[in-house]
Amino acid sequence: MSENHDAARPAVKTAVGPAPDDWGPGRAPDPLSRHRSGTIGTRVSRVDGPLKVRGAATFAAEFRFDGMVYAALAFSTVPKGRITELDTAAAEGAPGVVLVMTYRNAPKITPLPEWYTEGKAVAGDTLPVMQDDRIHWNGQPIAVVLADTQEQADHAASLIRAGYEPEPAVTSFEQAKAAGRHPTFHYGRPLKTEISDAEAALAAAPVKVDEIYRTPFQNHNAIEPHAVTLAWDGDELVVHDASQAVVHTAWSLGYAFGLRQDQVHVSSPYVGGGFGGKSLWSHHILAAAAAKLAGRPVRAALTREGVYRVVGGRTKTEQRVAIGARPDGGFDALVHTGVVAMGRHNTMPPEPFITSTGSLYAARSFTLEVEAAHMDMLANTFMRAPGEAVGSFGLECAIDELADRLGMDPIELRVRNEPERNPTSGLPFSSRHLLEAYRVGAERFGWTERSPRPGTRSEGEWRVGMGVATASHPYIRLPGGEARITLTADGRVIIDVAAHEMGMGTETTTAIVAAERLGLDLDQVTVRQGDSRLPGLIMAGGAQQTAVIGGAVSAAHRALLAVLIELAGHDSPLAGLRPEEVGCVNGGLHKLEDPSRFESYTDILARAGRGEVSVEASGPPPLELTHWSMRSYGAMFCEARVNAVTGETRISRFLGSFDCGRIMNAKTAASQFRGGIIMGLGLALMEETHLDERHGRIMNPNLAEYHVPVHMDVPEIEVMWTDIPDPHSPMGAHGVGEIGITGVGAAVANAVYNATGRRVRDLPITLDKLL
Amino acid sequence: MPIVINGVATEVPPDPRVSLLDLLRERLTMTGTKKGCNQGACGACTVLADGERILSCLALAVQYDGRRITTVEGLSENDTLHPLQQAFVEHDGFQCGYCTPGQICSAIGMVAEANRGAPCHVTADLAEETVVLTREQIRERMSGNLCRCGAHNGIVEAIAATYGDGAS
Repeated sequence: MSENHDAARPAVKTAVGPAPDDWGPGRAPDPLSRHRSGTIGTRVSRVDGPLKVRGAATFAAEFRFDGMVYAALAFSTVPKGRITELDTAAAEGAPGVVLVMTYRNAPKITPLPEWYTEGKAVAGDTLPVMQDDRIHWNGQPIAVVLADTQEQADHAASLIRAGYEPEPAVTSFEQAKAAGRHPTFHYGRPLKTEISDAEAALAAAPVKVDEIYRTPFQNHNAIEPHAVTLAWDGDELVVHDASQAVVHTAWSLGYAFGLRQDQVHVSSPYVGGGFGGKSLWSHHILAAAAAKLAGRPVRAALTREGVYRVVGGRTKTEQRVAIGARPDGGFDALVHTGVVAMGRHNTMPPEPFITSTGSLYAARSFTLEVEAAHMDMLANTFMRAPGEAVGSFGLECAIDELADRLGMDPIELRVRNEPERNPTSGLPFSSRHLLEAYRVGAERFGWTERSPRPGTRSEGEWRVGMGVATASHPYIRLPGGEARITLTADGRVIIDVAAHEMGMGTETTTAIVAAERLGLDLDQVTVRQGDSRLPGLIMAGGAQQTAVIGGAVSAAHRALLAVLIELAGHDSPLAGLRPEEVGCVNGGLHKLEDPSRFESYTDILARAGRGEVSVEASGPPPLELTHWSMRSYGAMFCEARVNAVTGETRISRFLGSFDCGRIMNAKTAASQFRGGIIMGLGLALMEETHLDERHGRIMNPNLAEYHVPVHMDVPEIEVMWTDIPDPHSPMGAHGVGEIGITGVGAAVANAVYNATGRRVRDLPITLDKLL
Repeated sequence: MPIVINGVATEVPPDPRVSLLDLLRERLTMTGTKKGCNQGACGACTVLADGERILSCLALAVQYDGRRITTVEGLSENDTLHPLQQAFVEHDGFQCGYCTPGQICSAIGMVAEANRGAPCHVTADLAEETVVLTREQIRERMSGNLCRCGAHNGIVEAIAATYGDGAS
C-alpha cells in the first residue's frame, strides 16, 4: 500500500483482546497486528504538530534557570600530546566571566565505562574528561568559560592561549592500517563469520566480482546543535538535554559524579533530530562540572563547530566485496571484509558493515569480517543505520556489477539468490516479503523501461539511468521497556514511558497504539515521554522504540485488564471473566465472545469509587529475536541524471518499496522512509567530513562546507509498503527510522553506472569522479 | 527608536555584539526562532524584517533599530494557526520541528519576493513579471532552509498547497 491509499475501514469498531505475554514460539500474533477498524495504519497528523509549527515546543537550550550563566569551550589544536602552557588570565579578567575551568581546577570526575555497561552507559569514549594535561584528539576541549552572557563567554574563550608538547599521532587512515588491524565486536559478538571456504569457492567460480568500496567520515548534523541547560540542587542534578537516551544519560552522569541514577533528572521532551548522535558526550560532563565549581546553573549550547569537535560521527570504511557465481547466477561465495577507522578510546562499536550481508543472499560460502585501524581522533559513533547504511553500498553495488557481468537483470539475480532461511544463522525468517516489495516497486517505477546497456539514454546534455538496490535493517527490541497506564475517572488514559520524540512521531504512534488497545479515541490518550523519571530504560536507537514501547504498553494493558475486572466485582456484566476473555472497545470492556457483556471504564471506576487506576509493567524479554531472523526489507529504485558536460548528478525520481511489518501511522512512517532516503541521497552524492590527515583536524565543521541535501536536491520521493504484519512482533510492527538510508548509496551508484557506464566505488559520487 | 517585534516595541540591547537571534532567544525568551549554525548556513533562524526574510543570526540587533520584525510567534493568533502553519501540520512538513519556524517564515518571505516578480535560478524568462510558484520554483527558493530529518516533500507540498499554482 502506498502512503496515499488507505485501506477501507469498517465503520464499526471491533474489540481488541490482550496481546500474548511474550512473542516466543507457539504464541498467537498480537491481535492488534490484524486489527483493521481503528486508526492504525491511517494517516494521522502529529499530536505535537500545532506546538511545533508555532515554535512552542521547548528544546534543551530554551529552558532557563535563575542565575544561569553561559558556557563557551576552547578546543585543542593538536591531535595528541600534553598541554604545556595554558594562559587563562585574560579570559578570567574579561567582562562578565564567572569561571574558567581547565584540567587544573576541574572537579574529580570518574571516566565513564564501556558502552552499555549495566545496560546504561552511553558515553562516546572512556577517556577522563579534563582531568589531566593530555590531549587525545584534535579539537578536544581544553577550557570551559562561564560568563553572564554568551557574547562574554565566547569572547573570553577566544582569549585563552595554549601551548602543547605534541606527540606522534596516527591521523591518516593509510598510516593506521599500516600500524595494524584489530578484530571488532558488535554488542559483544565478534564481527566475523566464516561458512565453508569462501576464498576457494571464489577462486573456482566461473563468474565473479572482487572490488573495493570506500565510504567517508560523516556527521549527523541534526539541525538542533547539542545543548544542555543544567543546575545543581544540593546533591541533585537537573539536566535539560537533547537526548535520545534520557535514563541512560541520568545513570551515566550519576556515574561520572558519584551519584545515584535517581539523583540526576534528565528531561528532554523534544529533540531537534538525533540520528544516533545525541547520546552523552563531554559537554554534558563539562557543563555539570563547571556548574558545580561555579555554583551557578549553566547553559552549554555547542556551536556548530563545537558539535564536530565534541560529538563523534560515522567513521570511514574500506570494504572488499567479492562474489563468485555460477552461470545461472547462484552464489557460490560471498566475501565482505574490510577495515574501518576507529578512535583509540571508543566505547562504541565501529561501523558493522557486514550485518546485512549474512542475511540477504543464499550463498554457499561466506567470509564476513570487519577489522579496525586505530587513529588518534574523536570517538566515532552510531549514525543512522550504522553498518547497514555503508555496508549496503558495497554489497549492493557488487550485486549490480555481477548482474552486469552475467548479462542478467539485477532484480532477477536477487530473486535467484533469495534464501529460505537466514543463510548464516540458520534461523527461519519471522516475516520476509522482499521479493513482493521488489515486484510491486518495479511495476510502479517502470523498471522495464531501463536499458540493460549503460550509457544509452540521453536527454539533451543529461545522461539518464536507472538503478536498484536492496534495503535492509534489523528488527531490534532491547530489554528495558516499561510503561505506565493511568486510567482516570473520565475514561481517559495517560501513557508514561521514558521514550524520546526526535521527530519520528513516537508520541503520536504511541497514542495511536494505546488508543486501539484500550478501545479509546485518539484524543482520549495523552502520552508523556522524554523524562528520566518515567518508567523504562529505552534508547531511541536501532529503530526500536515503536516495538519496545508497544511491548511494554501491551504488558501494562494485560495488567490493567486484570485490575479492572477485579474492580468491576460481582455486580458487573464482566463478573467472573478472565483477562484473556475480554477485549477493549468503545471506552470499556466486553466479553470477546459475547459483546453484550460490556461495561465502560467510567462505570467500573465510579462503582469502585476510584478516581484513577494506574498500572506499570515491563515488556516481555525479546524472545522473538532468539527464534527468528527478524529484519526489515526494501527495494530502492533510483533514476539519476548525469550531466555530460559538468559531471553533475541529479536524482530525478526515487521510489522506496518497503517490507517493514504493519505500519502504525501512514503519515509519519512515510516521512521516516523519505527522511532516510534523503539522508541516503546525501551519503550518495555529497556528504563527507574532511579530516586533515596531517593534523587530524576536521576542516569542514559547519553546514556551509559539509553539504547535506537541500530542497533543490530532493525530488518527490514515492514510498510504498507491503503492510504485512510480522506475526512475532508487538503490533506486527517493525521500526522504520533507519531502513530508509540503507541501499540508497548503491541505488544511486547503480543508476549513475546505468546512465554513464562509469562505476564509482568511492562515496560520495561528486562530479570530479564522473569527469 | 526601538525594534518592533511582533508589534511590541523593544529597546536594543546595550551590548552591540548581540545578534537579533540572541536578542530574541536569550533576552526576550522568544525561543520560537531557532539557532542551527549561527553562521547563516542553515536558515533555522529566519525571521521577517519589514516583510523580508533575513537570517537573524547574521543580523546584529542594533542594525534593526526602528525596523519591524515578525517571528514565528507573530504568525498565529492565540490558538488559530496561520494557514501555512496549518498546512505544515496537514502535509507533515516537519519531523523534529527544529527547522520548522525558519522554513515557515522563509516561505512567507519567499512568497512576497515571488509576488514582486523577483526571479530565481530556475526562472526561465527573467523579464517575466509574475512568478508562478511551481514546485521547482519553491524548491529552488527554499534551498537556503536546511532540513535534516528529510521532510522536504512535505514542506514543499505545504507551501504549494498554500501559495502555489494549485492553491485554492
